[in-house]
Amino acid sequence: MSTPAATKPADASATVITDSTCTFCGCVCDDIDITVKDNHIVDAKRACVLGKAWFYNHHADDRPSCLIDGKPASVDEGVERAARILTEAKYPIIYGLSDTTSEAQRVAVGIGDAIRGTVDTTTSVCHGPSGMAFQGVGEVTCTLGEIANRGDLIIFWGGNPAESHPRHFTKYSLMPKGMFVPNGRKDRTAVGVDVRKTKTAKAMDLFFQIKPRADFEALWTLRALAKGIEVDPVQVKNDTGIELERWQDLMNRMKAAKFGVILFGMGLTMTRGKHLNSEALLSLARDMNKFTRFVVKPMRGHGNVTGADNVVTWQTGYPFGVNMSRGYPRFNPGEYTSSDTLARGEADAAMLIACDPMANFSQPARERLKSIPYIALDPKDTPTTRHATVAFTTATYGINVPGTVYRMDDVPIFLRPAFPSSHPSDFEVLSAIQRRVLELKQ
Amino acid sequence: MSSGYFKIADGTVYDPIHGVNGERRDIWIRDGKIVDPPSDPNIRPDRTLDASGLVVMPGGVDMHCHIAGPKVNSARKMRPEDKRKADKVVGTAKTRSGTMGSVPSTFATGYKYAGLGYTTAFDAAIPPLAARHVHEEFEDTPCIDKGFFVLMGNNHFVMESIHRNEPDRLRSFVAWLLGAAKGFTPKIVNPGGVEVWKQLPSGNVHGLDENVGHFDVTPRQIIEQLALAVDELRLPHSVHLHCNNLGMPGNWRTTLETMKTFGDSRGHLAHIQFHSYGGGEGDETTFNSKAGELVDYVNDHPNLTVDVGQVLFGETTTMTADGPLGYYLSNAFKSKWFSADTEMESGCGIAPIEYKNTSIVHSLQWAIGLEWYLLAKDPWRVVMSTDHPNGGSFLAYPQIIQLLMDRTYREDALKLVHPAVRERSQLANLTREYSLYEICIITRSGPAKILGLVNKGHLGAGADADITIYTPNDDKTKMFELPRMVIKNGVVIVEQGEVREPIAGKLLYVSPEYDRGIEADIAQWFEKYYSIRFRNYAVPLEYLHDAQEVRI
Repeated sequence: MSTPAATKPADASATVITDSTCTFCGCVCDDIDITVKDNHIVDAKRACVLGKAWFYNHHADDRPSCLIDGKPASVDEGVERAARILTEAKYPIIYGLSDTTSEAQRVAVGIGDAIRGTVDTTTSVCHGPSGMAFQGVGEVTCTLGEIANRGDLIIFWGGNPAESHPRHFTKYSLMPKGMFVPNGRKDRTAVGVDVRKTKTAKAMDLFFQIKPRADFEALWTLRALAKGIEVDPVQVKNDTGIELERWQDLMNRMKAAKFGVILFGMGLTMTRGKHLNSEALLSLARDMNKFTRFVVKPMRGHGNVTGADNVVTWQTGYPFGVNMSRGYPRFNPGEYTSSDTLARGEADAAMLIACDPMANFSQPARERLKSIPYIALDPKDTPTTRHATVAFTTATYGINVPGTVYRMDDVPIFLRPAFPSSHPSDFEVLSAIQRRVLELKQ
Repeated sequence: MSSGYFKIADGTVYDPIHGVNGERRDIWIRDGKIVDPPSDPNIRPDRTLDASGLVVMPGGVDMHCHIAGPKVNSARKMRPEDKRKADKVVGTAKTRSGTMGSVPSTFATGYKYAGLGYTTAFDAAIPPLAARHVHEEFEDTPCIDKGFFVLMGNNHFVMESIHRNEPDRLRSFVAWLLGAAKGFTPKIVNPGGVEVWKQLPSGNVHGLDENVGHFDVTPRQIIEQLALAVDELRLPHSVHLHCNNLGMPGNWRTTLETMKTFGDSRGHLAHIQFHSYGGGEGDETTFNSKAGELVDYVNDHPNLTVDVGQVLFGETTTMTADGPLGYYLSNAFKSKWFSADTEMESGCGIAPIEYKNTSIVHSLQWAIGLEWYLLAKDPWRVVMSTDHPNGGSFLAYPQIIQLLMDRTYREDALKLVHPAVRERSQLANLTREYSLYEICIITRSGPAKILGLVNKGHLGAGADADITIYTPNDDKTKMFELPRMVIKNGVVIVEQGEVREPIAGKLLYVSPEYDRGIEADIAQWFEKYYSIRFRNYAVPLEYLHDAQEVRI
């Protein structure tokens, strides 16, 4: 594992780790200089407001590393109980994975395979529809550095990166002075499309406040205009809430751009139409390559949700919602996705890694979860850990634990931990569970 | 008492590097290596495997395939339909489950290569920014030794150094980048063309002397200078090249000109079949084979090597770092399209396609691949590949072997393809049949030699004990698709298609020396344009799990 570059600041008791990585959101900024004092992060230079909150609030929690039925227990006892729960279940599910290292994700999928369980990630409740759209039409995309160096028309659709990915503008998409956009923001046109006028809208040159649930219609209007197909101005205004002339103006700008970019959020994927919205957007970006260069990219939320997609895919062939009950992987979103297997009362045991379904799943799913034995791994006390049969308090990735994460554009980035934790890592706990599961399966 | 020896007794051995052509011999193994027989006749091996009547060869070496990394994984993600109808890979007490189709999952890839008697494979096109991703996937790809080629033909620093006419700076950068990625050799894909693709709508270059905008270099300069740098660094393998104009009618002129561009430098031309086409530009009606003309040139120039990139009929997934090619293919086949440009380094295109024997173009592609094998005079310089999965799956290798070894089988196959193949290629007139000795060369000894892997591709003392044992059969497809036994590092990993011991396999990399003074120069450029920090880019040795540096 790589050694943190430690330099001594003026305060002799503090250590500075440069080029650290923030894993709070999908931006995965790797230029943070962290100052650590007495196992507390006291400064996180260049981190955004979310990153600072992430770094400042992750000191090693003074809780037991393991609780069984709410009572302190040793990690070994927790591992034994966890392995028994998983091997004795008929329909065990493994869920979460988007806020841990890919090293831990790889072990988790291995456990799922050994117990012939179902593996799903938080992708199924965020950009899962984008993944399905990807399977339908493909995707024309690039790494974030391409946007920084070339992008001259940037469209933000159905998201609010000003608040969800605060450094995206400055680091990647709007402000950077790049090779082919030497004047930075001056060389770029920024366009927002959303149903709400968020903080992001204020940073745009043009803003299209479309009618709620009209993304699909708006996107198909643009696709028609790209191909020169005549559309009815009255219907366009009625459907989208925006005059046809404005859409035509946008299309003219899109065609005139040298390197157009559409960055989209869950405003598109989790509203009416879901994967059909994403598919319309991916198709629009593809269509635009007849006229110029155009790319598209989903704005992924969690620090390593992109890693989860990658790991589950390379081990099983499918990105999320994978069932291995027949001894080989099968994929069916809606059938094997965790919110569904729980809500339908199918799952009879669960292992939840770095996620909080007790806080954000539907009522029936939460009810089911309360009624079955489950294991939770999380650095923090959460509604999910509170109800767990076995709850492990784990060290925080990126702060206490090294490993690999994948940025929203699939670029793998290594983590430099700031200080050690008294708790084991997800990787260590999962590896111990895997060893015991394999023994029990013999 | 344990002697530590494992003996494979009385097999019919093929070891072309030592000139052994089907002789009955014993092979002694100890500590994962092939060794000389013990001088003391009283020493007994711990285990003896009776190989009498069986064919013994070194483990297969695939020197050009696509099995790991962002491009391969995107193809997996994009194609659930490709897996549904494919064979299932069911997990066992010792093995993981997986999926097949044209792009198998990682564990399945390892098991299937081993099941075929292949023990080494190289991924041919990795953007170094994604090197960690590849290392992670390789760790989940058991049974085989692995390595990868590092994409450099559209790298900005490379083009800038060439434009500035600074070969020392270029050479140092190449060495630094290989070491940073823990890769094996520089790969050039459509030199300059991918950068133009990033700059212009449907952009590409179409000839060796076209100018690459902004960088003011030509594809010819990129090839020449990288080939020189690789030779000066004395890397085990040469520069590995995917020429400009892949797949285009009439592209053979570009390919021939490219071959000449190498001068005295070593050069490997990948999937040469895709670059051997006559005919008018963009004109299918005149499409024909120019394999003969190109083979003649390669026959006379021992500095050049090729792998074939054989096409097989059926569905597959094309994947390439040649971004504009991906766009072209997705339009030609009206299929879904994935494209991903990597900052400063490369591009990527993926499109599902189907090769049909009713198509004159696809039939000719199939025939041109076979022409390359059958016309090449020196089997040491022509390597079996399907450019997996671009021309077809690596699982088609046994079928290709039968096409080469069995003239009747080949003539029957020729009857099933488009009739114009008989006029527009020489295939119908080629009567050559490959021997087992020659098959051994083009599937293991040759590629091992071309890659500079001195411990692979042979059965002499010091070689890695990677050995495949086949049951002889007149039906060569049957013989080669189900080896009797596959041994890796002296461990029996596969018996009759069943995975017995899925050992991990090593990562093979190079770490050439360079002037460390260049790092400050690289760092300055890097911080200006990359979206990650320079210090977070290089993959340290500790990140790899079972790695071996390869030196000349």
